[in-house]
Amino acid sequence: MSSVAPNGKNILEIRKVTKQFGGLVAVDAVEFAVRRGEIFALIGPNGAGKTTLFNCITGIYPPTLGSIVFNGNDISGSRPHKVAQLGIARTFQNIRLFPFMTALDNVKVGQHVRMHAKLWDAMLKTPLERREEARVRDRAYELLRYVGIERFADYYARNLPYGQQRRLEVARALATNPQLLLLDEPAAGFTPQEKVELMKLVEKIVSDGITVFLIEHDMKVVMSISKRICVLDHGEEIALGPPETVRSNQRVIEAYLGSGAGHSGTS
Amino acid sequence: MSTATVSRPRPGPRRGRIKIGRWTINLRDRDTVVYLAIFIGALAFPTVADFVTGGQGGPIVLLAADAGVYVLLALGLNVVVGFAGLLDLGYAAFFAIGAYTYALAASGALFHTPLHHAIHIPFWLLLIVGVVIAASAGALLGAPTLRLRGDYLAIVTLGFGEIVPRVFRNAGDWTGGVNGLSALDNPVLPYWLDGPWAGVGEQFGIVKNLVFSVANPTAWYVLMFILICISVVLLNNLRKSRLGRAWMAIREDETAAQAMGINTVTTKLLAFAMGAATSGFAGCFYGAKLSLVSPENFQFQVSITILVMIVLGGMGSMPGVIVGGLTIYLVLFKILPDAPNQVHSLLATTGFTGIDQPHGDWPGLGEFVSRLKFLLFGLILVGTMLLRPGGLIPSRAEIDVERAAKETAGLEGAAG
Repeated sequence: MSSVAPNGKNILEIRKVTKQFGGLVAVDAVEFAVRRGEIFALIGPNGAGKTTLFNCITGIYPPTLGSIVFNGNDISGSRPHKVAQLGIARTFQNIRLFPFMTALDNVKVGQHVRMHAKLWDAMLKTPLERREEARVRDRAYELLRYVGIERFADYYARNLPYGQQRRLEVARALATNPQLLLLDEPAAGFTPQEKVELMKLVEKIVSDGITVFLIEHDMKVVMSISKRICVLDHGEEIALGPPETVRSNQRVIEAYLGSGAGHSGTS
Repeated sequence: MSTATVSRPRPGPRRGRIKIGRWTINLRDRDTVVYLAIFIGALAFPTVADFVTGGQGGPIVLLAADAGVYVLLALGLNVVVGFAGLLDLGYAAFFAIGAYTYALAASGALFHTPLHHAIHIPFWLLLIVGVVIAASAGALLGAPTLRLRGDYLAIVTLGFGEIVPRVFRNAGDWTGGVNGLSALDNPVLPYWLDGPWAGVGEQFGIVKNLVFSVANPTAWYVLMFILICISVVLLNNLRKSRLGRAWMAIREDETAAQAMGINTVTTKLLAFAMGAATSGFAGCFYGAKLSLVSPENFQFQVSITILVMIVLGGMGSMPGVIVGGLTIYLVLFKILPDAPNQVHSLLATTGFTGIDQPHGDWPGLGEFVSRLKFLLFGLILVGTMLLRPGGLIPSRAEIDVERAAKETAGLEGAAG
């Protein structure tokens, strides 16, 4: 396929991935590649299978068919914590923070995979453990500042305002030190002002060398920040390419506005 | 991102802090104050008990040492239920495993088994062995439950709690069956502690008179005190570590925890193992002190009592669990059993002996109270949970919600 470029250039390759739930085909032989250092967007109407694809990538459930290749390694069917360890972090569509832990602790949990203290180190508070805890704490404050919610460090995640919760989720994902960041509708429920700030944050993350792969409903957000877009409808891939091409694609217009609208638009 | 010095929010005034070497005691921290109060109270307890009862404090001190067993158990179960959020209804099984480990390895019991050879391993060594065996059992019994959540997990652990004592009861060749194992060794201080001076004269020993027997309750009390201190320090270190955070993350949202790279399988197994390890401590002490273990001591009711201690004390809050454990033990094993006698003597001294006499259906007030023991216990539980839904000393999560919500509102107002 022309869409699958050679290795090295692509950080993530989705190769003919299909996910079935019983008789329902949620994702149908989808194939595309995310290039290193770009902002890639996955869009589509409700129920198109976007989050299902995310869940397949992060190992929440294995794909029925096809394979997912990250940095040249086949990760299809890997357990979620392995995927995180390899360098894929994610946020969730319906925010899934650890509500009764402080914002700081949420970010510290994110660093779990990058820590080495063993059970004995923790029990006996060895110098190694103390040094690591200090490092983790400093890094956590740094990340909270990075997303702009340092003043909420001591608050329980559930007590943060909605917008800051979304930011905290991004900080927690960044704490795993990922190469690829999956954002599942990061701007959902945001005011236009918040959306602008979010776009700035995403651009900052990309400029720090992390590839961003996002699902988003807001066309303005998607069209303005993403380099390339993949459009799903009923589990099928209907378009793939830069925003300009996708925007004018007949099937995309039909999927979003209904087939009637597409015809009336052209006639 | 720069790695320059990070400004911590709210440095605030540093009053109320006492510095001792490397440690700082913050008297404004609720948990520290509670720990300190319990610590000092526990140190003073034997002397105070002796003083108050006019030299007859022995039984009370012994009772306190027994209460310590339950405090240890509650601390251990708190790791599983309070930290990791895994509802375990069969925790007494691990207590049994710890106690039977001691009973088999520190008595003549194995002589009567197909092994035909008694083993007498010293108590101090068996503390460690018991912990290791109980922890392994915890991981082993935890393994089949890994895929289960919530109610289903509770039911399976309930099953384990029933199976283990039954196995001990029915494996009569090894465990003495229904009668259990008796005449277990008493702990003896290692030679280097009461030492080469032991024969020379008491005044030279580092630790004088610390003989573990029924006649010397203080020895048991001191031992239990030390065991609890060790457990509290180790478990508290764990709580604040990478592993502790992983436990709480699993409790809060298992899927999100996995996505953050936490291996839920090993993390949950470690929770079961650490919880069981603490009960291994308790089991060894229990076997040594009672010099008897029998399957009757590890029934379902024990598991439930420990769970009640945690919930009443404050789930996930270690000081709360200690206070909860002591409170429930006091109510269940001292106040309620003594209540009928107290009523008898109260009526006798106030002259209302008429109420205490049985006539017709009326059994007399003392007997009546004795029959209502568990109703009273239930009322105490319901009352406490109504008055303090988060437990006696709730974990921070419970108390901070309202306060933080207010602060958040304030911050938003200031920002807007």
